[in-house]
Amino acid sequence: MTAKKKVTGAVMVVGGGIAGMQASLDLADSGFYVYLVEKNPAIGGVMSQLDKTFPTNDCAM
Amino acid sequence: MDKCIACGACSDKCPQKVLNEYNEGLDKRKAAHVQYAQAVPLKYCLDKDNCLYFLKGKCRACEKFCPAGAINYEQSETQREIKVGSVILSAGFQPFDPSIYSTYSYANSPNVVTALEFERILAASGPWMGHLVRPSDEMEPRKIAFLQCVGSRDMNICDHPYCSSVCCMYAIKEAIIAKEHSHDDLDVSIYYMDMRTFGKDFERYYEKAKKLGIHFIRSRVHTVDLLPDDSIRIQYATEQGDRKTDEFDMLVLSHGLEVSDSTVELARRLDVELGDHQFIRSGSFTPVATSRSGIYVCGALNGPKDIPISVMEASAAACAAAGNLSEARGTLVQEKEIPKPMDVTGDIPRVGVFVCSCGINIAGVVDVKAVAEYAKGLPYVTYVQNNLFSCSQDAQDNLTEVIRAQGLNRIVVAACTPRTHEPLFQETLQNAGLNKYLFEMANIRNQDSWVHTDNPEKATNKAMDLVRMAVAKVSLLEPLQEIQLSVNPGAMVIGGGLAGMNAALSLAKQGYETHLVERESHLGGTARQLRVTAQGEAVGPYLEQLIAKVEAEPLIKLHMETTIKDVDGFVGNFKTTLSTKEKEDSVEHGVTIIATGASEYKPREYAYGQHPKVLTHLELDAALTTGQVDPKSTNSVVFIQCVGSREPERPYCSKVCCTHSVETAIHFKEENPDCQVVILYRDIRTYGERELLYKEARSKGVLFIRFSLDHKPIVEVDGDGLKVTVYDQILKRDLLISADVVGLASAVVSNRAEDLAQMFKVSMDDDGWFLEAHQKLRPVDFATDGVFMCGLAHYPKPIEESIAQAQAAVSRAVTILSRDEMWLSGTVAFIDQNKCVGCGVCWTVCPYQAIDQNEKGLAVVNEALCKGCGTCVASCRSGAPNLRGFTTRDVMAQIEAMM
Repeated sequence: MTAKKKVTGAVMVVGGGIAGMQASLDLADSGFYVYLVEKNPAIGGVMSQLDKTFPTNDCAM
Repeated sequence: MDKCIACGACSDKCPQKVLNEYNEGLDKRKAAHVQYAQAVPLKYCLDKDNCLYFLKGKCRACEKFCPAGAINYEQSETQREIKVGSVILSAGFQPFDPSIYSTYSYANSPNVVTALEFERILAASGPWMGHLVRPSDEMEPRKIAFLQCVGSRDMNICDHPYCSSVCCMYAIKEAIIAKEHSHDDLDVSIYYMDMRTFGKDFERYYEKAKKLGIHFIRSRVHTVDLLPDDSIRIQYATEQGDRKTDEFDMLVLSHGLEVSDSTVELARRLDVELGDHQFIRSGSFTPVATSRSGIYVCGALNGPKDIPISVMEASAAACAAAGNLSEARGTLVQEKEIPKPMDVTGDIPRVGVFVCSCGINIAGVVDVKAVAEYAKGLPYVTYVQNNLFSCSQDAQDNLTEVIRAQGLNRIVVAACTPRTHEPLFQETLQNAGLNKYLFEMANIRNQDSWVHTDNPEKATNKAMDLVRMAVAKVSLLEPLQEIQLSVNPGAMVIGGGLAGMNAALSLAKQGYETHLVERESHLGGTARQLRVTAQGEAVGPYLEQLIAKVEAEPLIKLHMETTIKDVDGFVGNFKTTLSTKEKEDSVEHGVTIIATGASEYKPREYAYGQHPKVLTHLELDAALTTGQVDPKSTNSVVFIQCVGSREPERPYCSKVCCTHSVETAIHFKEENPDCQVVILYRDIRTYGERELLYKEARSKGVLFIRFSLDHKPIVEVDGDGLKVTVYDQILKRDLLISADVVGLASAVVSNRAEDLAQMFKVSMDDDGWFLEAHQKLRPVDFATDGVFMCGLAHYPKPIEESIAQAQAAVSRAVTILSRDEMWLSGTVAFIDQNKCVGCGVCWTVCPYQAIDQNEKGLAVVNEALCKGCGTCVASCRSGAPNLRGFTTRDVMAQIEAMM
């Protein structure tokens, strides 16, 4: 039997829009270290530019 | 970056103005800027390409005026190597740029805007503060038009033959909001090819828009002309072939989604396979896996999609990424050590008041020194301090020291909003050994200095009032205990279909024991009847493998022919009674995933049941698999869409039927090119890259004939065969088609598992779909903690979305299962049993079903379920419920202090 390769308990998430943020939060909340990489100075992606969202008309922010 | 306190002085003093990309270039920002007001991290940065210092070597105004010494011109790109176990790609999309189309006049007319520009025009944080104006003259438009499919479903110039999935819905949303923002009765028209409102509650929204008077015109506009007054004239042909002209003040281009070149480059560098349209390729059975092991994908990079599905896929990718790393869980994260809070019960309040200047944000209007001086005279106040920035790190360190040195036991921070800053100050209280609930904020910025800039004196008085109110309340506050719950690390998945089995396997992969409960004697659910996915993968063999894996997995405990009889407990601690014919069993588990699926509508229309070859979707798939229907010996097949869907009785789109009929039609044509294949439809909703199937079907000679709800086709038995009559809207006459087989695209209908909903205290919508906690941001969570959903029980969806949703539900569930214990907020309701009369109003109105009756018939709060919303407090005529931290006494003290 070969020795099991040790895995690293960290994940890199590339892109800090709504999807990247959600993936990062889930991973951090389940015991993993997350590197969230975003090219812009702020996270939020295109969703931060939306005014209101269907169906609740919540402010996208 | 660590020094920046986000005061904005650098931006105020920066002389260099550049186009503001956040507002899509509709206005300007400074070279020293923050992307938007709520940016995270809230740190200003210099735009090196535009900063005068970098361009000309002088200026440095920002450095001079920065009160925190945070400006650093020497900062440069650095490279870091990091070690990770998995990678998730979520680089998203870029909006299609319509300037390459000269036909739309986008590049040369300010009043032809993209939908994203229009989004910024409508936004309160946009260039005109949410006032609907057209860019050329800043006058309010009276008549606007949306053109759909700009850069989508088009092969002429941009080569995006796919449907962008989201534009129909955002156009409807923007149209409705524009009408709300308009002072006159705004006239809005939407020019479209097929209205694709296929998601949950989308069809209702479309119907609402029609009722609001928004015009939907089925046509592709061919000419856009600019008029001398900057208005726009369009020319188009109606479906009947009539040529028409109309004029508008503004034109909104519903532009599609595409993958940017830099993202394509990134994907190539990572050696992950891209599809024909540059979206990352993934299989229907592995919806968030890329071609490279250990790299996962989610969001619009994986195909055009909306926010809820992106969020759902993000959780799915997190689940998949964690799947291979479960043995390393917790090895790189550190739990924060929090000192035990000191006991302050019975101590006389010693209130500390910290008045924040917020740079000049508050101090520029409010006389903070006077407010601080005033606070010293308030009851129980023993210490007052004014800070330049109360939120800065050194201010937190100072606060910790002062609390200890002065023996403070209640804290008021007069600064900005608790929404963004309360958690920060509460953490500092905890670090100083104080219960975090002994804290109150007075919002003297957002609710005072920002709105009373023209009246400093009154603003100062108001700040004093707000501080006095906060002090009055904080003096009465008592330490609240957060409830600690132990977490049972086991899961229960209800429903052994495709979604349920995937959820159970993903849970097992992450190391959690799972009870999989199935009502029937076999696993597989609806998928047992399906032939292929939209990408052409065979479902049968996949399902066989999946079932074998589930049966072989030691961490999955199968409960076949079993139903749920009773559920007790709450998040982390469920106790469920399972019932079979022979016996009852009790099972303990920490989380629950509901994957109870849906059913197929059994038509009462279209001669269903009167002829063996009138078949529903699933029946036709099964007949094709067994050979009962053989395309080779079929001369003519007719598909009828929207059978039982988009009808008054079921006002939703079943989402999967258009793609299913189209892919089946292609199958007939491939097997027998001479077979006549006709699809009768209302709108073809082959969203995303499924559009390519629609294109393929047309090129293979499948005929598409549109019908309307008031002119539905008629199916009659004609000897051994079938006869279909349909009114052709273009030819304006009835067409008669003889058919060997009629395929009915029958609706997906809810199983209406109301007993289950009641037992788990979760809600269903009007159509019987389980109701998520938030349609956009919490698409697989229920409002009730610890209960999640996936698959058809949530809404009709194709296989790849069901599997992604199953993985997403697991990801959400693991955020609970991976903890040994959890803490619930101390801000919960309690009932004064002496005042309660057991009338039942509170437990009826409680949105979380957190109030039960005790043995005396009186109300008791289940603190594990309570979210502290206060609805029960407001509803009770006897004043029996109260909310900890916001008791009637606390709130009244605040109000009295104001009077």
